[in-house]
Amino acid sequence: MTDIINLTLTELVNKIKSKEISSTDITSNYIERSKSSKKLNTYIEETFDDALVNSKKFDAKPDLQKKLPGIPIAVKDLYCTKNVKTTAGSKILENFVPSYESTVTQNLWNSGAILLGKLNCDEFAMGSSNETSHFGNVLSPIDNNLVPGGSSGGSASALAAKLTPATIGTDTGGSIRQPASFTGTVGLKPTYGSCSRYGIVAFASSLDQAGPMTRDVKDCALLLEVISSFDNKDSTSIDFKRPNYFSDLNKNIKGKKIGIPKEYRVEGMPAEIEKLWDNGKEYLKNCGAEIIDISLPHTKYALPTYYIVAPAEASSNLARYDGVKYGFRVEGENLIDMYEKTRSQGFGDEVKRRIMIGTYVLSSGYYDAYYLKAQKVRKLIKNDFDEAFNKVDAILTPSTPSSAFKVGEKMDDPVSMYLNDIFTVPVNLAGLPGISIPAGLDENNYPLGLQLIGKPFDEQGILNIAYSMEEKINFKLNTSDWWNK
Amino acid sequence: MKKDQYLIEKNGNNYEVVIGLEVHAQVLSKSKLFSNSATKFGSEPNTQVSLVDAAFPGMLPVINEFCIRQAVKTGIGLNAKINKKSIFDRKNYFYADLPQGYQISQYKDPIVGEGSIVLDLPSGPKTIGIERLHLEQDAGKSIHDIDPSSTLVDLNRSGVALMEIVSKPDLRSPEEVNLYIKKLRSIMRYLGTCDGNMQEGSLRADVNVSVRKLGSDKFGTRCEIKNVNSIKFMQMAIEYEANRQAELLEEGGIIDQETRLFDTKKNQTRSMRSKEDAHDYRYFPDPDLLPLEFDDQFIEDIKSEIPELPDQKKDRFIEKFKLSPYEATILVSDLETSKYFEKVIKNSDVKLSANWITGELFALLNEKNIEIDQSPISPENLSKLINLITDGTISGKIAKTLFVEMSNGDQDPKKIVEEKGLKQQSDPKELEKIIDKVILDNPDNVQKYKSGKDKLFGFFVGQVMKASSGKANPKIVNDILKKKL
Repeated sequence: MTDIINLTLTELVNKIKSKEISSTDITSNYIERSKSSKKLNTYIEETFDDALVNSKKFDAKPDLQKKLPGIPIAVKDLYCTKNVKTTAGSKILENFVPSYESTVTQNLWNSGAILLGKLNCDEFAMGSSNETSHFGNVLSPIDNNLVPGGSSGGSASALAAKLTPATIGTDTGGSIRQPASFTGTVGLKPTYGSCSRYGIVAFASSLDQAGPMTRDVKDCALLLEVISSFDNKDSTSIDFKRPNYFSDLNKNIKGKKIGIPKEYRVEGMPAEIEKLWDNGKEYLKNCGAEIIDISLPHTKYALPTYYIVAPAEASSNLARYDGVKYGFRVEGENLIDMYEKTRSQGFGDEVKRRIMIGTYVLSSGYYDAYYLKAQKVRKLIKNDFDEAFNKVDAILTPSTPSSAFKVGEKMDDPVSMYLNDIFTVPVNLAGLPGISIPAGLDENNYPLGLQLIGKPFDEQGILNIAYSMEEKINFKLNTSDWWNK
Repeated sequence: MKKDQYLIEKNGNNYEVVIGLEVHAQVLSKSKLFSNSATKFGSEPNTQVSLVDAAFPGMLPVINEFCIRQAVKTGIGLNAKINKKSIFDRKNYFYADLPQGYQISQYKDPIVGEGSIVLDLPSGPKTIGIERLHLEQDAGKSIHDIDPSSTLVDLNRSGVALMEIVSKPDLRSPEEVNLYIKKLRSIMRYLGTCDGNMQEGSLRADVNVSVRKLGSDKFGTRCEIKNVNSIKFMQMAIEYEANRQAELLEEGGIIDQETRLFDTKKNQTRSMRSKEDAHDYRYFPDPDLLPLEFDDQFIEDIKSEIPELPDQKKDRFIEKFKLSPYEATILVSDLETSKYFEKVIKNSDVKLSANWITGELFALLNEKNIEIDQSPISPENLSKLINLITDGTISGKIAKTLFVEMSNGDQDPKKIVEEKGLKQQSDPKELEKIIDKVILDNPDNVQKYKSGKDKLFGFFVGQVMKASSGKANPKIVNDILKKKL
C-alpha cells in the first residue's frame, strides 16, 4: 500500500500500462488512506463505492491508450459533477446535485480517470486558508493546526497527504498556487481561456481558471494536457493549438531569460523568502538561464484592483442563489423575506462580505471611482507584463509572502488574509499562466514555493523551467502522518 | 398652430404632448439569445428551459449568432448606424422569474445606434428618430393566479431574445404612436425579424409621456408607462396621462418623474414607483461574454438579404402602377397584403385589383377577423374574378355576389359563373327581346319619358335588369334602350 500511494501520477500511469498494478489496486489504496485521514477534513463528498465499481469495470476492459487509465482522482467541489453532490463549500448548495458535468472533469473521465470524491474548499472559492467552508476547515498534512491555504485547500491537503494521486483546483487570485506553496506541491494556473469554465461554480468570471495540482512538474504537464481544451460552451474559451505538454516537457532552458521584478520584494517579507528567491535565481543560472531585473510598476495596485473586480463579479454571479430554483431555501412571509432569510442563512461571512463590497463598487455614484478605475488599472497591470515579456521569457517570484499560518490566525483580519495573494493576483488580472513549485522550507520546516509566470499560452515554457528547477531544488515532501496516529 | 395638431386644452391653455417609445420586440428566432432552447409560444410551462436559462451553477451564456443577424437586419431596416463593436452588460436585480439575478442586456454600447422611421401622416411624411436598438434577454413569467398561496414561475420565456428599440421624443399624438408602432411592426415583418404579434407579447412598449405649454421648447418632466401591450391601450394611456399632467400643471403642481402602470379596466395610469425608488441596476459588462465584434463584410452580407421595404415598395407602386399614395400606403403596410396585391395584378387590371383588395377583401377579412394570408379567396381566383369583369363576362354587381359565393371555400369564379348561369347577357338580340317586352308592359312611362321626363330612363334600365335577373350587360342595354325609346 505504501508503495502505491507514494507513486507519482506518471508512475501510476506507467505501471497500469505495463499491467504491474490494476486500477482497483490503486483505487482501493487511496480509498483506504482517505478513510483513515478524515481528521484532515479534505472530502465533502466521497464517492468511494462508485470509484471501486468503476475501477473494477476499468480492469475488466482496460483501455491503456488513455492518458489517465483507471486513475482515481478527487476534485475540488467547485466542479459540477453529474449526479454527484456539488456544494462549492456553501450551505446554500449543501444538497445540490447537478444533472451535468463540467467540461474539465468530463475531460478527466474521457481520459480514463475515475472520480474518488469532492474535495473541500473555501465557500465559493473565497478564502486563502480553507476556513470559510460551510463543511469545516481543512487541516494541512504538514503540521497539526496548520492551514493548507485556499481556496483549493482540500485539494492541496488531499494531494500532500496522498489521499489522491493528483487533483484539480481553481484559481481566481491564487487559489491553486498559494495552497500548493503551503503544502509543498505543484500547482498551475493556466492562461485565461485555456481550460473551460463550463460547469465550474463561478466566483469571478473574468479571473477564474481551472488548473492541475500535482506532486511534481511531470504530473502537472500530464494533467494539464488532459484538462486544457477549447470549449464552445464557454464564450471566453480560446481556440489555440495546445501542445502536448507532457511529451514536450524538457529541461532545455539554456539561454532563457528570466525576469526578477523588483516590486515583488515587499516590505516585511521574511528573510527566508528572500533567500528562497535568491536560491531560485542560482538554480536557474545553473540551468543556463539568464537572470534579468525587470520592473512591474503597477504591482502595488494589483491587490486593491483584485478586491474590486473579483467581488464585483461575484456579487452578480452569486445572485442566482436565491432559494427560488434549487439549493437551500428558508421560507419567508413574501418573496423579499424569503430572499433575505435564504441568503442570510445560506451564505457565510466571507461570501457576504464580498457580495457587499461588490454591490457597493458597482453602485451608481461609485462605479466610476471603483469598478471602472479598477478596470483601467487592470489594463495597466497587463501592460506591465506585456512590456516585461518583450525582454524576458518568464518571470520568477515567490509564490506567497509567507509560509502557511495557523488555523484561526488570520480569520479576524481579512486584509492580512488578502495579503497572502499579493504575488498571485497580478497573474490572474493579466490572464497569464503561473505555476508554483515547492522550493524549500522555512524555519518550522513548512514548505515555501516559487512562482513562474509565463507569456500568454506559454504553459510549456514555464513547465520546462519548473521541470529544470525541480531537479536542482530536489524538494522532498515529508509528512509525519500526524493525523493518522 | 398646425391644423391637425393634437393638443390638450386646460383652462384655455394648450399643451403639446411629447411621447417617446421603448418598444420591446421579440426576435424571430427558433432558439433563445444565449441558449439553444426553443422559443415557441404557448408551450407547456417550463418545457423550453435549458440549464443556462434556469441559471444553474456553472452555466454560461453563448451568443446565438442568428439573433445578432436579426438585430443587425432590423438596424439596417431602420436606416440606423450598425455598431461593429457592442457590449453585453448585466442589469442586476432580484426577481423570482429572473433566474440569474441579472438580465443580460446592452447598456452603453448597443449593437445599433441612431436611425429613423418615416410616418405617413395626412399632412405629409414625418420622420421619427430612433435613438438606439439593443439586444437583451426576456425574463420568465410569474403567475400569481393559479395557486392561492404561492406564485408559480414559467421560464419558457426566460432568455428569449428581445430587441429594445428606443425612439427619440419625436411623437406628438396617440395617432402618431399608432402609425409609428404599425410602421415599425411592418418593417420588422418585411424583414422577418419580429412577427409583431402583440397578443402573444412579441411586441410591447414602455411609453414615455410629458406635456409642455404650446410654444415651449423645453421638455416637461416625463412619466414612463410600463409594458403596454396593445396600440389601443397605448393611445388610451397617453391620453389619460397627458390630461393628468396638464391638469396637474394647471393646478400649479409639479410632475414627478416616475414609473406608472396603465390599468386597462379603469382606463387610468397609476404610480408604480418614484424616481427615488428606482432600482440601481449596477450595470457592468458581462464577464462571461466577450465584446461582440464583427466586420463590414458581416454587415454587407446581411444587407444583401434585405428585401424591398415598405417605403421603397410604396414608391414603386406609385411609380409603376400609378396608384395614389393613399392606396399604395395601405397596400404596402403589410407584407402579405403587398404580396397578395402583386399576385393579383400579374394578370389583372391594377386599379380594379387595388379597389377589390382594399374594399371587398379587407371587409371580408375584417368580418372574419383573419389575416390576408388566411384569406378564403386566393389571389389567383380574385384575379380571375376581376378579369371576368374587365372582359364583360359579368357585371360589377354580379361580381359582388360572386365574391361572396367564392368566399365559401375559394372556388374558381369561372366555374361558379358557368354553374349558376351568372354570365352577363351581352347578345343584343336576346336583350332586344327583353327590352321590347319592358316597353310594351309600361306604355304610360314610355309616354312620360317621351314627353320629356328623362329621369325615367333609369326605370327602364332597372326593369330590364330585373327581367334578366341582373345579368344583362348594362352598357348594351343602355344603347338599345336609347334607340328604342
